[in-house]
Amino acid sequence: MYKYQIVIPSFILIIWFALAVFGPWLPLEPNYIILPNILQAPSSFEWLGYDDLGRPVLDRLIMGAKTSFFVAFGVIFVSVTVGTLVGAISAWFGGYIDLVLVRIMDVFLAFPGILLAIALSGILGPGIENVVFALSVVGWVGFARLARAQTLSLRRREHVLAAIALGARTPRILWYHILPLLLAPLIVEATFGIAGIVIAEAGLSFLGLGVQPPTASWGSMIKDGTSYMLVAPHMVLAPGLVLLLVVLSVNILGDKLRDYLDVKSR
Amino acid sequence: MPSFLLSRLLSMFTVLLGVITLIFFLIHLVPGDPVQAMLGETATPTDLEALRIALGLDQPLLTQWWLYMSNLFQGNLGNSLYSKEPIIDILIERFPATLELAAAGLLVAILLALPLGSIAALRKDTIYDNGAMVFSLLGVSIPNFWLGPMLILLFSLMLGWFPVSGREGALSLVLPAITLGTALAAILGRMVRSTLLEVLNEDYIRTARAKGLRESAIVIHHALRNASLPIITILGLQLGTLLGGAVITEIIFAWPGIGQLTIESIQRRDYPLVQACILLISLSYVFVNTFTDILYGWLDPRVRYSV
Repeated sequence: MYKYQIVIPSFILIIWFALAVFGPWLPLEPNYIILPNILQAPSSFEWLGYDDLGRPVLDRLIMGAKTSFFVAFGVIFVSVTVGTLVGAISAWFGGYIDLVLVRIMDVFLAFPGILLAIALSGILGPGIENVVFALSVVGWVGFARLARAQTLSLRRREHVLAAIALGARTPRILWYHILPLLLAPLIVEATFGIAGIVIAEAGLSFLGLGVQPPTASWGSMIKDGTSYMLVAPHMVLAPGLVLLLVVLSVNILGDKLRDYLDVKSR
Repeated sequence: MPSFLLSRLLSMFTVLLGVITLIFFLIHLVPGDPVQAMLGETATPTDLEALRIALGLDQPLLTQWWLYMSNLFQGNLGNSLYSKEPIIDILIERFPATLELAAAGLLVAILLALPLGSIAALRKDTIYDNGAMVFSLLGVSIPNFWLGPMLILLFSLMLGWFPVSGREGALSLVLPAITLGTALAAILGRMVRSTLLEVLNEDYIRTARAKGLRESAIVIHHALRNASLPIITILGLQLGTLLGGAVITEIIFAWPGIGQLTIESIQRRDYPLVQACILLISLSYVFVNTFTDILYGWLDPRVRYSV
């Protein structure tokens, strides 16, 4: 039982990764409109049917995998880098620097995250890089808080004191003596973060604030499908189930990773 | 207690100032010209300049910020660019709907999470526990903008039990509340389970059992009561997510609240109104968190004296 809980989600995520990276080389036509096929139900010829413009749903799902994958990893990369840097600096230097940075974090935490992202991407306009920017503005705080809390306790550890006594410079201590010990909790947080970002990206696209059409996103596919739920339920079912599978897999693996790396739950 | 209260309120005030400032600068520093966006590509330079002066956008940024702050503290939020009505009136008209939705979502979450988490904890490692945990995992993983349409498809379009959208009567509140509350129920249910498991190992529970109390009395009066502190904390922290989720839920069900207003204003490029909507929701969130802190201090005297 335990084994399947790791194998199946990993398998799903590997497919997600593969489709995102290698999708462009597949013979897909996500934007090719076939008018007679509008809203056609799934068949043995076209497995997931066609959407309201006569475009194949399967091809668009694969295109959507690319969108969600690149947004998720872009945002995680920016958020983890910025967050860890700010958090570690805040805890390491303490004093006024810490006071100011913590206040700034408190302010960012005072927003319901998705709301700030909605406002930002609404003002910036649609586009994948704007989505990454908006979600990163929201995302870094969690990592900053985590890195700060961890660094606060790590800086009193003996190996760090030894490094200070030996005259190591601050960047060296942070990089070689603090960062490796920060990694485990950061990885766990980042895993759950990916689940949140995949939902948030789809949510923004659902609201029409995400990627620009005709680029596909699972969120905008769900949105398009809601107008045809009775005649073409496959338009909502397919992207929704794929989205659920990916998020579920990430969450299950996150749980396992947390147990494995023995990180205390928040 | 008074000094605890004061320190909480003081920190709330600084966070509020920060929130207002951050929203202001985010909206004003974002690349792109709002005036150009409002008037469209065909606007003449004279028109652009006129609107810029009318909106005070020709002033230095710090002056604009000061003006905005001082107006805000006098309760003046300006007028909507689209409907020309005072923003404060629009907010007052729309806010009750959002509050109603959030309260109903919260209720759904608590009603689902308490029994689910309790049963999972009391019947640990049984099929009930596993079932509850599967629900919890699904609940956090299912996006509300998919759950909502699915509920509409099943209960409105196919079974016809509830209205598809709108806000008319208690029935119309059911599906939006479930859509909004499910994710929170999942998180809360997990929390109830894990805190209850800890509490159930305490000595006073064994004492209560030894006294021969009924199991239900032990769970409700001794265990859940002591488990309530961490649960309240999580609840307070998650309310932000709930309010954020309300925006999307309102769009799904055409619920006439602040969330729908936010999206409408974004589409109409009515920036002052967008700014005011975000401000209102963030303020509610900060307010709720402060209230949670104070409640925590009231429930657990240890918190109060450690500040």
